[in-house]
Parts: sequence; C-alpha cells; structure tokens
Amino acid sequence: MIALRDVSTANPAPGCATAPVLRERGQREVFCGLTGIIWLHRKIQDAFFLVVGSRTCAHLIQSAAGVMIFAEPRFATAIIGERDLAGLADANEELDRVVGQLLSRRPEIKLLFLVGSCPSEVIKLDLSRAAARLSRTYAPQVRVLNYSGSGIETTFTQGEDACLAALVPELPPLAADAPRSLLVVGALADVVEDQLQRAFDELGVGPVRFFPPRRAADLPAVGPGTRMLLAQPFLADTARALEERGARRLPAPFPLGAEGTAAWLGAAATEWGIGAERLAAVTFPRSERACRGLARYRSELAGKRVFLFPDSQLEIPIARFLARELGMVLTEVGTPYLHREHLAQELALLPNDVVLSEGQDVERQLDRCRAANPDLVVCGLGLANPLEAEGYTTKWSIELVFTPIQGFEQAADLAELFARPLVRRARLVA
Amino acid sequence: MQLTVWTYEGPPHVGAMRIATAMEGVHYVLHAPQGDTYADLLFTMIERRGKRPPVTYTTFQARDLGGDTAALFKNAVAQAYERFEPQAMLVGASCTAELIQDDPAGLAAALALPIPVVPLELPSYQRKENWGAAETFYQLVRAMAGPTAPPRGTARARGPRPRCNLLGPTALGFRHRDDAAEIGSLLCSLGIDVNVTAPLGATPADLARLGEADFNVVLYPEIAGLAAQWLQRTFGQPAVKTVPLGYGATCEFIAEVAALAGVDAAPVLARNRSRQPWYAKSVDSTYLTGKRVFVFGDATHAIAAARIAARELGFTVVGLGTYSREHARDVREAAALYGVDALVTDDYLEVEARVAELAPELVLGTQMERHIAKRLCIPCAVISAPVHVQDFPARYSPQMGFEGANVLFDTWVHPLMMGLEEHLVTMFRGDFEFHGEAAPSHLGAAATPARVEEAPAAAPTAETDSSPPVAAATSGPAAWAPEAEKELAKIPFFVRGKARRNTERFAKERAVALITLDTLYDAKAHFGR
Ligand code: SF4
Repeated sequence: MIALRDVSTANPAPGCATAPVLRERGQREVFCGLTGIIWLHRKIQDAFFLVVGSRTCAHLIQSAAGVMIFAEPRFATAIIGERDLAGLADANEELDRVVGQLLSRRPEIKLLFLVGSCPSEVIKLDLSRAAARLSRTYAPQVRVLNYSGSGIETTFTQGEDACLAALVPELPPLAADAPRSLLVVGALADVVEDQLQRAFDELGVGPVRFFPPRRAADLPAVGPGTRMLLAQPFLADTARALEERGARRLPAPFPLGAEGTAAWLGAAATEWGIGAERLAAVTFPRSERACRGLARYRSELAGKRVFLFPDSQLEIPIARFLARELGMVLTEVGTPYLHREHLAQELALLPNDVVLSEGQDVERQLDRCRAANPDLVVCGLGLANPLEAEGYTTKWSIELVFTPIQGFEQAADLAELFARPLVRRARLVA
Repeated sequence: MQLTVWTYEGPPHVGAMRIATAMEGVHYVLHAPQGDTYADLLFTMIERRGKRPPVTYTTFQARDLGGDTAALFKNAVAQAYERFEPQAMLVGASCTAELIQDDPAGLAAALALPIPVVPLELPSYQRKENWGAAETFYQLVRAMAGPTAPPRGTARARGPRPRCNLLGPTALGFRHRDDAAEIGSLLCSLGIDVNVTAPLGATPADLARLGEADFNVVLYPEIAGLAAQWLQRTFGQPAVKTVPLGYGATCEFIAEVAALAGVDAAPVLARNRSRQPWYAKSVDSTYLTGKRVFVFGDATHAIAAARIAARELGFTVVGLGTYSREHARDVREAAALYGVDALVTDDYLEVEARVAELAPELVLGTQMERHIAKRLCIPCAVISAPVHVQDFPARYSPQMGFEGANVLFDTWVHPLMMGLEEHLVTMFRGDFEFHGEAAPSHLGAAATPARVEEAPAAAPTAETDSSPPVAAATSGPAAWAPEAEKELAKIPFFVRGKARRNTERFAKERAVALITLDTLYDAKAHFGR
C-alpha cells in the first residue's frame, strides 16, 4: 500500500469526474456484440448461441475466435439466404427448422440463445417471439432466450451486457424476507471467481453468487435483498434489469489492480458492516503481495506514455490502474461508450488533466495518436500491426477480455500484458 | 436459412477487399455496420500486412437508420477521397447495407469525383468471397482498361518480344505472393515479358495497360477467370488454360505458353532442376504407394492436388471435394477419373463425416480439414484457402511451378511417417522405444494428446483391463476383450484407428458381441490391405 500512496502523490491533482470528453461520431474500428459469444460460451457451459444473421456474422465470429479449437463449438449461425429475404420461405418457419436440426444434433443443450444481428434486425425478424414460441415447443428440456449482438445496436462487450440482461427475467425470485446476499455481475474466469469467493468468505460477506453462472441450471436468485457488485464496466442494461428486480448496486471502482480490487471488496464490506480492521486483515496481505508483483513492472512502465483506443469499455479502469499503480502517463483514453454513473468512482481516480474520448473517428484518432507519439498504444487487432509497422509499440486490447485480469492475484499479470510489448521491442535489435 | 458452424468463404465484400488490398492506389468505401471492420484483421493479423486495408466503413448505427444513412455514406466517400487521394475508388454495401438500399453507386456518382469510381453489386445473401473477388476484379479491369479497347476486329500487333499479363494473385490468397514470383520468373526464363501482374501490386493505371499484352496467364481461375474472358473478348487476348500446379502441369503450362508466345520451350524444360520427380521415384518413396488420400479445397487446388497425388506421388485418391459450388462440374469430372464421387459442399460437418467414414491415411485440405484431421489423428497438409497465419510463411514457398512441385512434395510427404522410420516401427513395434504409443518423432509431443482427445472413452485404461468386459448390446459396438485390446495397442498408431474401425465393423456385421484376438485377425484377413 505504501508504494501505491507514492504513486498517487506523484499525480497530485486526481479527479476528472467533470472533465470534458471528446465525442466522436465517425468510423468506428470495433467489433460488434456478437464477439461476446466467444467467451460467453466458454463461461456458461451448457448454453448454445445461435446467431441469426448473414455470412458476415458467421465469418466475424470465426475470425475473432482465431482458431478452431473445439470439436464442435457451442455456437453457430443460421445464415439468412436469398429465399428468406425474397419471402419464398417464411423466415420464422425456417428458423424453427434450423433450431430443430440443431437440437436434434445437440441434445445436451439446456439453454439456447437466439442472437440477433444487423440483418435480422433490419428485416425485423422478431426473435423474442421466436424464442417464446420455441421455448413452448421444447419446454422443459430447453429454454430459448434471445438478445441482440448486432453491430447497429451493440459494440463488442455490450454483447455480454445484452446476453446477461436477457437472462435476468429468468432468475428465480429471492424471497422478500431473505437475508441480504451479494451478486457479482459480469463474466469472470473461474479462477478469479474462486479467489474472490475466498476473500468474501474471510471477510464474512455472503452468501455470494456469481452471474452468469457456470451452468445455466444454476441461476442465482434475485430480489430486494440482493446487493450487486459489477465486475465489469460494460453492464448498463444488465444492472438496470437487476435493479428493476429489486437489486441494489454497490458503487465501487472495478476490481482491476490492487487498489481497484481493495476498493471493490471494501464496498461490499461496508455494506455488510465489516469493520476496518477485518477489511485490512483480509485485503492488506493480498494487496501487499500484489504490490510486490507489480514492482518490477512499475520500474519498466513508470513514466511511459500510453494511448488507449476505444474497444471494450475496460479502458477507463485500465487507464486508472496504469496511471496510479504503474505510474504511466495517459495521453488519450478512448472508450466506445462512457457510462458516467457506473464509472463515477473510476473517473474520480483519474488524473484531472486526462484526455477522454467517447465514440470514434478512427482516422482522426490515428492522427492524434501519431501526434501524441506514445510509448505504447492499446488498440484492436485491425490497427496493431499497421501501427507496429509505423514504429509504435502496441498491446492488443482483445487480450484484456480473454485473459483473467481481475483481482489481487492477477494485478501483476495485468501489468505484464503492458510491459511485454515494450520488453519485446527492447530485445529485438534493429 | 442454413445452419453453419464454420464457413469456408467469407461474404463477397471480403473478396472485394482482397482485390483492393492487393492493389496500390485503390480505396474501397463500404457501407457497413461497425462489426464488419473485423475484416481488417484478416489482412493485418493473418497475412501480417503492415498497412491497414484501404477500406473506409461507414459504421452506421441503429439510430442512423431512421435518419440519413445515405448522407453518411456520401460523406464517407468524400472524406476518403480527400484523405487517401486514390487513383480509383470502389463503392459498395455489405450484407446489412444491401438491405437498406441506399444506392452507393448513385450517391458516389453524385459527388462527381475526378477519378474512376467503380460501384460494386455483390449480392451478400447469394454469393461468397471468391465470387466477390472475381466480380470486383472484373469490374475494375473493365473500368480501367475499357477506354483503351480497340474497335472490334482490330488485329493484334505483336511487339519485338512476347508479352503477357499475370492475373489472379490477391491479398490473403493461399501462397499467391510466391506463386506470382515463381511463375513470373518462369515466364522471364522463357523470354516472355510480364506486362502487368494484377491485382497484387498493380495500380489502376497498370490495369489500363492490360490490353498491351499478347495473352493472359490466369493463375487462379476462381478470381481472374471472369476478367480474362472479358479481356479475350475485348482485346483478343487468349488465356492460358493450364494452371501450373505440380510437375506435370508445369511442363504442360510451359508448352502451352510457349506455343502462344511463339518461343522455344525446350531449353527451359531441359534446364529445370525440379527434384520432385526423382524424389518420387527414389526407393524411399516406395512406401508412398497407394496411400489413401482425401482431397478438399477450392476447385483449382483440389483438382490439381488430386492429379499430383495420383500421378506424381502414386497415392490412391479416395475422396475429392470442393466448397466452390461455381466450379462443381470441373471437380465432378476430375473425381470421375479416380472413380470417386465428388463431395460438393460448404458444410464443414459433412466434410468431417466423410473424412471419418473414409479414414484416409492423408488429408490434403484447407485449415478446416487440418482441424478435422487433427481430431481424427490423420496426417494432413494444407493445399488451399481458407488461410491461416501459418499459410504465410516467412520463407519463399510457392505452390506453382517447378519450385512449387518441390514444396508440395515436402509438405505432403513429411506429415506421413518417413519410409525407413515406418519400417523400423513395424519391425520393432514391441520394443519399448518403438511401442505403439510412441508418436513419430517429427510430429513431436503433440501427436499423442491429439489421439487421446479423439476417442476419450474408446480404449479401456490399464485399470479396466483386468475386469471382464461387459457384453455389448447387440445394436451397439462390440466390446473388446482385454487381450484383443492389448494386441490393438501394438499396431502402429497411424493404422490403429483404421484397424479398430474395421474390426468393429467386421464384428458388427457378424453380430459378434466380444472382439477377441481371433476376431481381430479374422477382420485383418477379411479387409486385407
Ligand atoms: S456488425 Fe452486424 S452484420 Fe456485421 S458481423 Fe456484426 S451483427 Fe453481423
């Protein structure tokens, strides 16, 4: 913790909750929400994701998944054809046929998501009605839900938000008189969940449930006794849906880095009335170990200038971690969407001279990036190699959603993700 | 609607991007939602290009739909022109924008830009990537070379040296970069000048010069066939029909080109130092005889691979297929030569089922078949797109021409057990180092786990060996007696899967519930080799 305080005093004027934000509405170089299927299907292990879309949608998921490691993955695309558009085939009948084909092939599926895409939305194919119809047909073996991962509605991680929001009505009700319980919201790696669970246990915070669960049958109950901690910063709709079911959000920064994780656990501890001593006893040893792990990366990264392109909405918490725990200098922090309420605690921790941008105009942002001439650029896969070829060092932002980075034990891993490209560049002479 | 797990081809606008990205001085404005920008990573990550594809996406959102998406498109075109100053522009729509019918062609024309603007009509719900590439290349060639077309019936004037165009190589193509270099230098050694290579590395101004050549070499008919037909009609340029994949086809290609160009092929044929024919004849290759091979890919590569496999390596083609429906007829004709039924499908699951059923000893396919083969523990070499980062090796590695024939020999034969190694394993299969579980050394440690994944529940483990086998239900597969299972483990791993399947089939056909040592050898005698 000592080290942390050192770093924060090095940034003497924190707090940019009211800082102006550059709003851009040009070409966006980001994935659509369909991409979330890649990690969601690994997380909810008995769910299947059927995209109702075009060949482009199928190609996107396949390309973003990068490699085909699964014998037959738990996602697929019902590709809309010319016949469906020309009205030669009834799109709803076709969808029923495809779902029947899928379920007879994969009898182990318990939860099926029909995932809407740009084409399905533009032709106004009503997937919520289709889901209700198919649910009736296949009840009780299979539950069929729907959400939109379309690029006209959702950006990258918003696909997870839409998916979880669609699951909220399925959560069983928590009895009105049930004791207070904690719901951790947002997909986390199993290993991270287990670590956080141990910390809550030691604190005496509980019962704790995670959402999404590892199995669809294990849906946590929700009601007025539910307190929720958001584990991810991109869950606006999910949080709203849970609030409508009576859950109350505990405002906190996100559990990235030692500082963020300590404050995040602290929010629950405060709610549960846990004393400062108990909280310190649980968080201090962990935080101290995390700081030891961070020390080597701090020496490599402190003072280095970083530019973050908008991608996953993790940019602001990540920037806070890079600035405060690693002493990096923020040149521009881009985010596809800025949710001021959920990010209030994060914004308060950012240096007050930070340049924030929301949305994108990729060509102009590249101009600003070149003008800023940062030591490290955090960006998507489409931009990384071209920027490397121009001489910049880059970190692919997609790794931040595929890698376990939350919690104390992962703080150093998170730092390492940013140190690695710089170390590598230094090693490669010429 | 079609249920699709993996796709062999992207949408047609990705084909258009392959043309635009291959060229210099072209910019493509695509009316598309933000997610469609994923296509950039195909070029920057898979092909490791150091430049972004020259594509501007409008990235319209739902809130724009009620408003003016057309204005958005028009602005994007104007801004892209100003920023990139291309010599020519392509404009079009992706699948979503096709539905909102904003008329990219008309909107772009209204800007009256001082450069050629080529509108693309690529029906996304009907066509796929290769078709999109072919159509885009054709439209660009027409737009650029059309104005220089001579009046119909004009006789071609010959220059002092024969000249040809080299058509077809694109960005993200399977070894296109090296094929173009290999065939370019082959043509040069024949005394033929390459007028223009396109689309790879060409500018719109280069396309305007296409008519100056005497004839066209079409490396990839899937991509350049359409443009070559138009050039033939418009400029009277004949197109070379042979695709120089394999030693024999390369010799035929040289003969065909030489005849068109009026040069003598003999010195080049005599000088060629391809090792492939000799390596195939050498005694170590005897073990390749009759290896059962399954071939799948785009039509050109699949047909060529089958021919090379059968005629140049002495394999037996047990299956041949393609995902290119447009060229199904050619593939069916080729399949007939080997007495097999062509598999024409873009359903990956169907291909997987066919491979499992045929149990070949080698799969020549795409990256998709590589995964299928890995799961089934069958050696595999990649012969065709769709591509993967591995298909862009740092070294020079063409598929075409004499050097290509060498590359094909190496890449197809290495995944198989080396000749001598195979004999040794068979001879010493009881030996502790050569036991059946040992993977061939060149496959490294990865070979064994792949097997385990293949059939997790198939083989009884050591602990269950001592327990009596449970008699199988008559309809299900027969159970294996422990001693038969042990004997099976002594069979080299690369034929074990087949031995298991054959024995089980044999047992099932005879309603044998328990496979004993005798059943195993009865089955072996029945199926022979
Ligand atoms: S942006 Fe729309 S059309 Fe493109 S892949 Fe995503 S959902 Fe499909």
